[in-house]
Amino acid sequence: MFLGLYNYWIVVLLMMIGFYIVIAHGNLVKKLVGLTIFQTSVFIFYISVGMVERGSAPILAEGINDYSNPLPHVLILTAIVVGIATTALGLALVIRIKESYGCVEEDEIQKLDQLNEENS
Amino acid sequence: MVIAIAIVRTKDLLAVVMLSGIYGLLSACFFVVLDAVDVAFTEAAVGAGISGLLMLAAITITGRKEAPKRHKPFLALFVVLVTGSMLIYGTMDMPYFGAVDAPVHQHVAPRYIQQSMDEVGIPNIVTSVLGSYRAFDTLGEVAVIFTAGIGVLSLLSLPRRRKKTESDDPTEEQMHERHMVVRIVSKALIPFILLFALYVQFHGDFGPGGGFQAGVIFAAAIILYTMLFGLDTAQKVFNPSIIQLLAAVGLLLYASVGVVSMLNGANFLDYNVLADDPLTGQHIGILVIELGVGITVASVMLSIFFNFDARRQAIQNNNKQKGEQDVSRTL
Repeated sequence: MFLGLYNYWIVVLLMMIGFYIVIAHGNLVKKLVGLTIFQTSVFIFYISVGMVERGSAPILAEGINDYSNPLPHVLILTAIVVGIATTALGLALVIRIKESYGCVEEDEIQKLDQLNEENS
Repeated sequence: MVIAIAIVRTKDLLAVVMLSGIYGLLSACFFVVLDAVDVAFTEAAVGAGISGLLMLAAITITGRKEAPKRHKPFLALFVVLVTGSMLIYGTMDMPYFGAVDAPVHQHVAPRYIQQSMDEVGIPNIVTSVLGSYRAFDTLGEVAVIFTAGIGVLSLLSLPRRRKKTESDDPTEEQMHERHMVVRIVSKALIPFILLFALYVQFHGDFGPGGGFQAGVIFAAAIILYTMLFGLDTAQKVFNPSIIQLLAAVGLLLYASVGVVSMLNGANFLDYNVLADDPLTGQHIGILVIELGVGITVASVMLSIFFNFDARRQAIQNNNKQKGEQDVSRTL
């Protein structure tokens, strides 16, 4: 009975994996990969909501009456490109952190911060 | 899913990046299954292509190994499980997968599907929603991409190099000499990739495609060129400052279409007035704004990659110089 909801469960599982990477791993690049997985799960959620049974891709053609909902597609299409742009920004930040701290592990950065505070 | 779990377990960041590329390609296939061809197109170009490249460029700078964990991840696991189970509980009220009568399909979607042919006149509904009904949103998205590009530039751009240190050029050259087969094959492929990008750009009205995908594919071709022939050669061909200018030009092109339609007495980004016939006007409007989107996306992606690569080379050069100094000291 509940099997019709399986798409949401896949999304939730993917989301949990991404979320877990973000909060449990210390490496900043890995965190960004986790964030990407999280992001993709949201994309899949939107797209699967827009899916219509026996529908086809929303490109008008003769003899087809059922189309999937084009609105989520538009939103996600732009979101993917915006997502890569923001990920690039995040990576740029990580590179700068590496340059000034010499590492990209969260706990080491915190340690260095504390040392700095004690010294000043 | 399996791949996502593998990403959690792997410590080697290079493998993580490879896996995330596969993950991107898989999710693109998934989108095709779900009828979202345009999205799949984008995801295949971005998830499996550009994002992997950028991640690779980043880990060459930040180091490849992830440090072993020192704390127990049970708290994190607990938080994740609680969130997940609450979300699954939340899905109990959701409409079934593929249901035709779901609330999402009730409001504006039928209008888009039934009337977009009469109102906008192009077969690809996604493009007509993107370019015409929701053109203002898309303008915002392009602005976000542009801003992200500016952000990367301000974070990573180097002070203008005065005199290039010529010492490490031969080694760079050798690097690119070595992979002869790859180099020749890719060199033959690049024009076709560029052609394909242009096809995707201007065929977006009729098939899957459009400015976003075309921009990413175009950038990917030039990035391939950069990887084969080195950053300096690529920057001689594609001047970085012109590329940065183009990013702004694309956004301006988009916005100016809106202004032109305002000058013709309609609302911002209402293309009906661009020509005598509303449908022709819509065609012109969508064509021009997609071009703007394509230009901005391609040039932002390129300038991001150029900056990453320049940063990497600068660091390598620094290390080399330091190394030389160290050697001379020990001597």
